[in-house]
Amino acid sequence: MTKANIREQEAYSVFLEDFRPKRPTFRNIVVAFFTGGMICAVGQGVLSYLLSGSMPEKQAYALTSSVMVFLGAFLTGLGVYDKLGIFAGMGAALPITGLANSVVSPAMEYKREGFVLGVGARMFQVAGPVIVYATLAATIVSLIKLYVF
Amino acid sequence: MEFHRRGTSTCVFQEMPVLVSAAAVVGPREGEGPLGDLFDMVYSTTLLGETSWEKAESKMLRQAVDLALAKAGLEESQIDFIIAGDLLNQIISSAYMAREYDIPFLGIYGACATMSEGIGLGAFLIAGRFARYVVAASSSHHDAAERQFRYPTEFGHQRPPTGQWTATAAGAVVLGAQGKGPRVEAVTIGRVQDFGISEPNDMGSAMAPGFADTVWRHFQDMARQPEDYDLVISGDLGNIGSMIARELLRRKGIAIDDRHQDAGVMLYHPSPEVGAGGSGCGCVACVFSGKLWKELYNKQYGRILLVATGALHSPTSCQQGETIPCVAHAVSIVSG
Repeated sequence: MTKANIREQEAYSVFLEDFRPKRPTFRNIVVAFFTGGMICAVGQGVLSYLLSGSMPEKQAYALTSSVMVFLGAFLTGLGVYDKLGIFAGMGAALPITGLANSVVSPAMEYKREGFVLGVGARMFQVAGPVIVYATLAATIVSLIKLYVF
Repeated sequence: MEFHRRGTSTCVFQEMPVLVSAAAVVGPREGEGPLGDLFDMVYSTTLLGETSWEKAESKMLRQAVDLALAKAGLEESQIDFIIAGDLLNQIISSAYMAREYDIPFLGIYGACATMSEGIGLGAFLIAGRFARYVVAASSSHHDAAERQFRYPTEFGHQRPPTGQWTATAAGAVVLGAQGKGPRVEAVTIGRVQDFGISEPNDMGSAMAPGFADTVWRHFQDMARQPEDYDLVISGDLGNIGSMIARELLRRKGIAIDDRHQDAGVMLYHPSPEVGAGGSGCGCVACVFSGKLWKELYNKQYGRILLVATGALHSPTSCQQGETIPCVAHAVSIVSG
């Protein structure tokens, strides 16, 4: 039998500890903080510009999100956002531009399999779980708010 | 009947099949790497003028086969078998390559171990006198593998330092019953090893026990020492997997440190994107066909041990929480 038993597996995983390189966590956190901050600053700039005109606040918020989604999608199309993702990690993934990247990148990738079974079926391959559980979480919070408070 | 087996796992050739020619083609990033000048063709884009990554990979494999045949001065009709494999589902790159030739086709899957599996099987066919000439080839394509095994290519995400970069490359060799060139002396077919690693971004740790087991068995079966080989080449453990594998072998009393190199480490300049090194069926295939074959041909090495290692998981098995079974096949090649 060449599948190691539990004891051998545990011994191997202990043995591996000496070889595992540390993830550069501190570097990743700092870079993610500043890159994410920069993206948010761009969003704030867009919002302030819109509010400086005569646009109502609610509309300005919605339009700002749209502009940021467009920027994320556009940079994905140009082949820039994946490089930003490698550099900044969560700093690029967490803002709404990252959500756009996660929807546009599979749409681009699977276009070759057609618009129905390719783009249509696979567009939410990455963002799908986020959307499903965000909706679920929002529903639960809303129910708590409705019945508890 | 006389059998040509030695020890538990090694097949030894009385009349050694000859590696008549070899050809390697690579993508742009591989062309910029330390071995860039050695390859027969370096493509300027990863799409090769095709409409999909899959078509590009198949074209690359075809061109490697064409070049290997041309270098050997052989016609398609003189080849008795073509053995090929790649990483894509249902090994389509190989099948679409093979439909362009009027040659009997054997498709194989051994993940990154495909090249040594192909050379081994080709040598068996020739030694068994079932073939005069056999082509063994394999390929991988970074973007095609990425979309199948991980994420869409334009999705921005960080990889851990143990992650490996699938090579965009193809290699092909022609094996013959006679001729000038390096000769296949012995083949050790590995057993599947699974030490409970389930992280697909850490294939070096998963594959190291398979590599160590096959190398150990080869040395036992052949009653040899590491000193009998000028080079032990793994493909592709990456830099972290290589350290683990060397330590595992040291614990079995075999020290290969001074003569071990890894194809995945040789192919690229270090960078955070490449991580621990290259991987994929094309990685060791292009390093062997582009570099090592020539060095053996020029007698820079007397004898090398080519040990390609494959992680035999799929995205489905990983998502279902299965651990990664791995295999390694060793081919001992002497210069000539």
